[in-house]
This record gives sequence, structure tokens and C-alpha cells, in this order.
Amino acid sequence: MDTESTYSGYSYYSGRSRGSHRHGERSRDRHKSHSKDGSRSEKSVTINAPPAEPLLGDAAARGEEVQDDNWGETTTAVTGTSEHSLSQEDIVRITKDLEDSVGLDCRRYFTLTLSVVLGLLVFLTPLAFLALPHLLWPEKLQACGTACEGLFISVAFKLLILLFAVWALFFRAPRAGLPRVFVFRALLAVLVLLFVISYWLFYGVRILDSQDENYQGIVQYAVSLVDALLFIHYLAIVLLELRQLQPAFSVCVTRATDGETRHYNLGQLSIQRAALAIIENYYRDFPVHNPALLTASKSRAAKHLAGLKVYNVDGEFPMTPSTGPGNNAATGLAQSQSRAMIAAAARRRDTSHNELYYEEAEHERRVRKRKARLVVAVEEAFTHIKRTQEEELKKAPGDVMDPREAAQAIFPSMARALQKYLRTTRQQHCHSMESIQQHLAFCITNNMTPKAFLESYLNPGPTLQYGRERWLGRQWTLISEASVTSGLKEGALFLLKCIDFSLVVTAKRIPYIQLSEEFIDPKSHKFVLRLQSETSV
Amino acid sequence: MSFIPGQPVTAVVQRIEIRKLRQGEHLILGFSIGGGIDQDPGQNPFSEDKSDKGIYVTRVTPGGPAEVAGLMMGDKVMQVNGWDMTMVTHDQARKRLTKKNEDVVRLLVTRKSLEQAVRHSMM
Repeated sequence: MDTESTYSGYSYYSGRSRGSHRHGERSRDRHKSHSKDGSRSEKSVTINAPPAEPLLGDAAARGEEVQDDNWGETTTAVTGTSEHSLSQEDIVRITKDLEDSVGLDCRRYFTLTLSVVLGLLVFLTPLAFLALPHLLWPEKLQACGTACEGLFISVAFKLLILLFAVWALFFRAPRAGLPRVFVFRALLAVLVLLFVISYWLFYGVRILDSQDENYQGIVQYAVSLVDALLFIHYLAIVLLELRQLQPAFSVCVTRATDGETRHYNLGQLSIQRAALAIIENYYRDFPVHNPALLTASKSRAAKHLAGLKVYNVDGEFPMTPSTGPGNNAATGLAQSQSRAMIAAAARRRDTSHNELYYEEAEHERRVRKRKARLVVAVEEAFTHIKRTQEEELKKAPGDVMDPREAAQAIFPSMARALQKYLRTTRQQHCHSMESIQQHLAFCITNNMTPKAFLESYLNPGPTLQYGRERWLGRQWTLISEASVTSGLKEGALFLLKCIDFSLVVTAKRIPYIQLSEEFIDPKSHKFVLRLQSETSV
Repeated sequence: MSFIPGQPVTAVVQRIEIRKLRQGEHLILGFSIGGGIDQDPGQNPFSEDKSDKGIYVTRVTPGGPAEVAGLMMGDKVMQVNGWDMTMVTHDQARKRLTKKNEDVVRLLVTRKSLEQAVRHSMM
């Protein structure tokens, strides 16, 4: 009976067409299977398949089909604890999270203690330089004249300025944890350490040992130390803050799952710092990653491969892919099989483009219809409440509600339409009921129109707009072939992997621009009518 | 020589047949033209009506085929070998006159003196 049937992978279609309904499926596919069988019979390649195979293929395909059927409806990207966060929460919240979490992070504390020790050393050194002579040889010391006391004031104020400057530059909540050490900071710390050590050495040898009496010289020495520290701070500002401000590279960031692409201009940064800048921009610019939208292309890809199976009539079962690089014969076999499959796939008349076209048109129509119903429902709901003024409150103390109660009162009338719309656009797992009600209360409080309320549901916003469980701020991995502390170069490529998607980043240098000047005299703008042209023939 | 839009143009014309002269690889006629619907008609020194955008003869080289055939400066060219020249661009006029496969061009030209001559002869 099956000598005429073509590719055994479709036997479950043919099985269905013969009336055995094994599982519920879309009626459209049933119609399709009829047409497919009909059209294929004249082009069939007769393969004498062993009779056990159809059942195997059947079960496997059926299992796949079941998974495909329900996958879009029940998938959830994260297991969310329902947190209410609706407004635009900043990256600062993420760092607060970092600080709140119990620090098993030894490296962070190590860095913190090192920097605190260095800071204390730096600040106490000039004071020590000034105080030690008074403590060790007070009787030999020359009295401090006016110039010397003037220098005291200078030391005091410079130290104060240095304190403020260091606080402004370094004492900030850490934005992020980078994989490798921040090279410039480490270099600066080493420089400061060496500097202070060399000053101490000099002080120890030339002043402490010889017990110098010239106190003014000592004070001037301390002032020179503080001056040099201020200059090192200037160097720190230039290296850490200013150098990367001038744009030098244009990076192209593409999300691997759905192709969203953005371009940013960055300065001369190391790869890890560039990655940090890109991630911060990602949270602002890219629409939120919605895995439910990707199932359509996956199911289409599955259908492409499901149609063909290769059978080797020489007796081997080549169903498993080639194992290991040492198996040359098997790899050769597998390669020829895959080539045969590709050739067969190219030859058969594939109507999946038709299906895609009509499915997309239908989906768009459905979305538009639901959107129209939603907009009308929301507009009607908003007309049910109105803001009361102070005087009216005194006059008619009826059923006065605060925003949250008002939101709860009008929510049921629009809930169904909103739920249906979210289901159609596959966003239903991004918004929980509480978050919707909170957003509604927020809009009511701020006198927003229904259109403003709906904006966050009609267009997918940036990731930060959604609940905290979607941020995944701690799950980023930087994958790079070059060392992550090396600088960005022309053609640099690295990946930023989050849990279920990744960002592909390529860098290109901004071209050198040569601008030339052309001067136009304002008096040179003169016009005449077009003259008669004369042609000789 | 003015025209009323929508009405056929009537003019007294003279038929002039010019034989092209071969000079090197060019065939020349020996005159220069000006005017056209893409040109500025106000600059035309020969036209009576300064909105006339027709093709006018601006110069005739002495001794050339055009002078021999009787073309005069200031003539308005109405037709060339049957092609109309009253509503053409300057470049189209040049092309119609300088077709390489034609040795002879037959022009219909009009000038003010023609009309006066006809009137005189009728009186």
C-alpha cells in the first residue's frame, strides 16, 4: 500500500488523511495534507521503505507537533515573583540591588579595603610630615614664621580640595561588576603608591635621620606633596573620564534572536567598559525581548526539516549524525546525505511562503480588530470617572475614591479587551494584573488620556519599563576572543550573552574627516534671465 | 506673426531649399538659429511679438549654402522638411536641421516683408 507514498516523514499526514485522527490539530493542516498528497503523487520518488518506519516517524513528528502547538501559549521567559514595578526604574536601582545583596564577593571587599587604605595613607602623609618634627625633636626646631604659617593654610585648603575631588571621582556607588580589573585605576593606584613611598623614603632619609631644623623647608616639602597629589588627580580625571568622551568608534549592536539593531558611538574604551556602555544603552533603546514572538519562525524551520528523511538502501541506518572527527567514512556518508537532502528540498515545490503570507495577513487583521475594540473599551472606561475639585468634595461627599480604588473600579470594564489584545500580540506574560492596575492608577493620577495609558501596551517598550524580573542585570556574560581589557579596535567583535538571547557587537572606526572650506561672497549671488542660445547649423 | 492659442497659425511663407555643404565630416547649412520653447523670448531681436517662442535665423554666414538659397537674417522658420518648428525646443530644432542622412533641407520661412509684399500685390 505504501509503494506509492513518497517521503515517509509525511506519512502521518497521509495517516490523517486516511481518517485516523490521533490528536487534535488545526483544520487548516488537514486541508493542506490533502493537497500535499495530491500534488506530490505525480512527482514522487518511489522508495521501498521498511514498514516499521512510518510508526517511528509518526510518533516523533506527533511529539514535535504537540510541543509546537502549546509552546507559544504556555511559555514564560522567567519565573516571576510578582513584583510591582511600573515606572522607569534607573540603573541606580540595579546597583542598590548589588549593594543590598550579601557580599560573598571577596573581590569587591578586597578592592574596597585596598582603596580605603590607600586613601588614608595619602591623606595622612602630609599631616604626618608636618607633625613628626614637632613630636620627635621639638626643641631643635626653628619657630614657624609668617610665611610658614601661610603655607599651613595652603596645605589645609589643598587637602580639603583633594578630599572633595577624590570623593567626587571615586566615591560613587559601583555601576557594575566587570570581569577583569579596571586597568587604568590599577595603574593610578600603583602610581600613587609609588609616589607616596618615594616621598616617605626621602623624608625618612633626609629629614628624620638628620633631624633637620628648617621647619619651613619641611612644610614646603609637604605642600609639594599635596600639589603633586592634585596633579595626579588631574591625571586620573583625564584617563578615567575625559579620554573616552570623544567618539572614535561606531559600534553596531544586533540582537541575535530577532535582529534588532542599533548603532552607538563610543570613545576609546577597553572591551569590558565598552560592553558596559552598550548594555546600559541596551536597557534604554532595545524593545524588550519577547521569546513568544519567535516561535513562528521556529515552527516553520521545523517543518522544513520534517519533510525529508534519508534512507540508505544498502542496509545501514544513517539516522544518527556523524560521531567524532575520526569517523571518516561516516562523515563522508553524512555529508552526501545532507547534500542529497538539500537538493531534494530545493527541488520540491514548497508552498510555505504562501502559508506565511496569509498567516501574517490574518494575524495583522486580528490584531487591528482587537486593538480597535481595546481602544474603544478604554476610552469608555475613562469616561466613568472624573477628577473632583476641593469645593466639590465639601459639597457632595459621595463616593470619593483615591486613585487606586478608582483604577480598580474601572478596570473590569476594559480587562477583557486588554487581555485579549495582549494574548493576540503575545505579550500577556509581560504584564500582570497588578501592574496593569498600578499603571492605570498612575495614569489617572497624572491626568493622562486613554491613549497615553494604552501606549505602553500597544508598543513594546524598553526593558526597564517592565518588571524587575525581566531585567536580568546579573546574568550578562562577555564572550570575546581578544582580551577584555584591551582597547576597542577596528573590526573588534564580541558577544554579550544573556540567558536566552545574545547581542553581537562589531566595532568600526569613525572615519577621519577632512573638511575643506569654500568662501561665498554674499555679493556674488546675482541672477539674470536665461539668454537666447544660438546654434549654428 | 503672433498666434491666437487654439487657432491654426496662418502666415505667408517662402519655400527655401538649402543644399548642405560637406565640410570635413560635418554637413553645414551656413546659418545660426535662436529661440525655442525653452528659451527666453524677450531677448529675441527679430520677433515682433516678444512672446513668440519660435525659431529664428539669427545669422547667415556670407557665401554659405543658406545665403545662396535666399535665407535672410531675421526669418522665422516654420517648417523643416515637413516637421513643425513653431513649438519645438532649441535642441529639437537643431536636431531637425542637422540630420546626417539628409542632404537637402526644405524650409518654410516667414518674414514681415513677405506679408507686406503680399498686401501690396493685392492692392
